[in-house]
Amino acid sequence: MYEGAIQDLIDELGRLPGVGPKSAQRIAFHVLAADPTDVKRLAAALHRVKDLVRFCTTCFNVAESEQCRICRDPRRHDEAICVVEEPKDVVAIEKTGEFRGRYHVLGGAINPLEGVGPDNLKIRELMARLSSGEVKELILATDPNTEGEATATYLALLVKPMGLRVTRLASGLPVGGDLEYADEVTLGRAFEGRRVL
Amino acid sequence: MERHNGTVTGFRGRLFRDDAVVLRVQKLGESDRIITLLTRRHGRIRAVARGVRRTTSRFGGRLEPFGHVDVQFAEGRGSLHSISQVEGIALFGGGLMGDYPRYTAASAIAETAERLSPEEQEPSLRLFQLTLGALKALAAREHEAALVLDAYLLRAMAYAGWAPALRECAVCATPGPHRGFSVPAGGSVCSDCRPPGAANPGPPTLALMCALSEGDWTVADSSPVAVRREASGLVAAHLQWHLERALRSLPLVDRSRPAEPVVQTER
Ligand SMILES: [Zn+2]
Ligand SMILES: [Zn+2]
Repeated sequence: MYEGAIQDLIDELGRLPGVGPKSAQRIAFHVLAADPTDVKRLAAALHRVKDLVRFCTTCFNVAESEQCRICRDPRRHDEAICVVEEPKDVVAIEKTGEFRGRYHVLGGAINPLEGVGPDNLKIRELMARLSSGEVKELILATDPNTEGEATATYLALLVKPMGLRVTRLASGLPVGGDLEYADEVTLGRAFEGRRVL
Repeated sequence: MERHNGTVTGFRGRLFRDDAVVLRVQKLGESDRIITLLTRRHGRIRAVARGVRRTTSRFGGRLEPFGHVDVQFAEGRGSLHSISQVEGIALFGGGLMGDYPRYTAASAIAETAERLSPEEQEPSLRLFQLTLGALKALAAREHEAALVLDAYLLRAMAYAGWAPALRECAVCATPGPHRGFSVPAGGSVCSDCRPPGAANPGPPTLALMCALSEGDWTVADSSPVAVRREASGLVAAHLQWHLERALRSLPLVDRSRPAEPVVQTER
């Protein structure tokens, strides 16, 4: 245990995902030894992310205005919506260059053990987007694990009566992994091999 | 990223092996997971599966929820062990995730098993067998998911020592069947013992609950939907009364009729 400010910083860092007590201590002492302008820039970036970044009112991706960059882009088409769990999955799919439609970020997957049901995700908002009739295909790109698959199953049943083409990312993604860890080639191939639900 | 260096150096835990059911998986750090398992001989165990979320992980999908697996654990210093090897025995999760009512029922079974094994590493062979059997039955699709869940909950409550009285009065033990049912009183109540606010379930509902707790599937499978709903309500109320915290998964169980398989392959 250290005194005052340095221990406060270690405690705060230790609450971040993936940062254990050892790493928190290492980062804290790195900050202490760093150039003051570097530290000020880091602090400013932390402030800015909370002040400026919000969620897109259409797709719930991260955005710096009402709508995110992708929803505002007139060169993208409105005929397909790709449903993902988290904003980081949008980034992963964008890197493949395979998809020119729009996204919908659910904010997680259905996980009853953690108390997350359909009402806790942006599913009602997705249904509202689909009701316009403009969307012809719904691509379910939830994580290839049990919760992600169950969420895709739930959405496929819900959307089926609307007569859309419902597809799911398939081959190439091993069950049990996180989408963000798939390499671009694997993810690209999964896009080609998607199947109708 | 720096991983497990420093604290673990020089410490090599004892290895032990057991078969187990995967109850819960939770993300840990960048690519690990904490897996909660109910083992056959070592009770409930929490263990780290390192790198399991990477698509190149050698664990692959074997540590997904609801699977029956053969695991080699490396004993940790505290209560948290790590998983060094895993083989699938029957990965029920694969079949359950494509059927939403079965997935939600499996979640409620897993959460109940976790709750009824409060102490880590306290062997509970009966609970293990009960849980494994229920997941196997769900995956086999021979009975409606909600029936499998309610049968499991009734038997799990019997294992915990607080099964509802069904054939006799919970208060005076007079043989029934009785008309009244009171969760606080412990189940069926005779007309002399019934407290205010006791419910009046239909006789077929109590008969269904008896059938489910005794494994009489002929009776259970032929029961009408309304009777199943009423029995589910009483089972859930009885369970929640005895657990200090409500189960998170129980309100999310989808009790609608199972849908036709909807997955088809393109081309
Ligand atoms: Zn957007
Ligand atoms: Zn009585």
